[in-house]
Amino acid sequence: MRRMMNLPLIKGFKPYGQQDGLKNSDPVILLLEEYESVKLCDYEMHNHISACEIMGVSRPTFTRIYASARQKIATALAEGRQITIEGGRVTFDKDWYLCQDCKCYFSNPELDNEIEECPLCKSKNISYLGQSKLDGKNIDTDKELCVCPLCGYSIPHLQGKPCKQEICPDCKVPLKRNNLL
Amino acid sequence: MKIAITSTGKDLNSNVDPRFGRCSYFVIYETESKTYEFIENPNKNADNGAGPASVQVVADKGVSKIVSGEFGMKIKSLLESLKIQMIVIKEPTKTIQDIINMFNK
Repeated sequence: MRRMMNLPLIKGFKPYGQQDGLKNSDPVILLLEEYESVKLCDYEMHNHISACEIMGVSRPTFTRIYASARQKIATALAEGRQITIEGGRVTFDKDWYLCQDCKCYFSNPELDNEIEECPLCKSKNISYLGQSKLDGKNIDTDKELCVCPLCGYSIPHLQGKPCKQEICPDCKVPLKRNNLL
Repeated sequence: MKIAITSTGKDLNSNVDPRFGRCSYFVIYETESKTYEFIENPNKNADNGAGPASVQVVADKGVSKIVSGEFGMKIKSLLESLKIQMIVIKEPTKTIQDIINMFNK
């Protein structure tokens, strides 16, 4: 399990100005830990030793993650493909939560007490960003579903096809990914 | 309860500063009396150690929550041990007034 500081600000990158034939190419999936390794090494300018300590992995493992990240980014650049940042085996620094209403992240300072509402907007609609949410097992595409937020109708998610392009036959609303509900 | 919010400017219409250690100002907001004060961050241009030094500034004020755009690695464990809650706002367009309104809801 690799430790991360924060989720990336965006879910990915899209190329522009591509030739027609490239428009529907599959995105490159950059795992969260790979994103984090590039951020630590090339943006925050840590060396590999301090970066691997921050992420809580061994030096060889870190090198492997980082090499894979660069390989993927280079692939995306060279082949003009989209980058999607998702999945991976990461955990956040202790007990972080996400409020679904105001979209803020917050920590739990008292680990004994469970948090039930968002400290900002007082919404009860919060989710725990524990290991289960971003566990690597979730990126197996056969386990991902496009689900209707209203009636619960679901179909298997196709990698590279946004769930919102699928419409629920009963409620006529766009579907959502099951792990985002 | 006291809350610290990182601010880019000196009035309530300023945006939340996305950095913690090197933010321009801290707003210390008191939820019971609904009063606030602005503190200039002395560590704004520090070379290193801005995070822990800024924690010192707000911890001295006795805050129990801090709202900012991001918290660096050095201070997360520090704030955890001080039992200060971190609230990360990913919308840099929010103003200090917006945040205060949310707390008052």
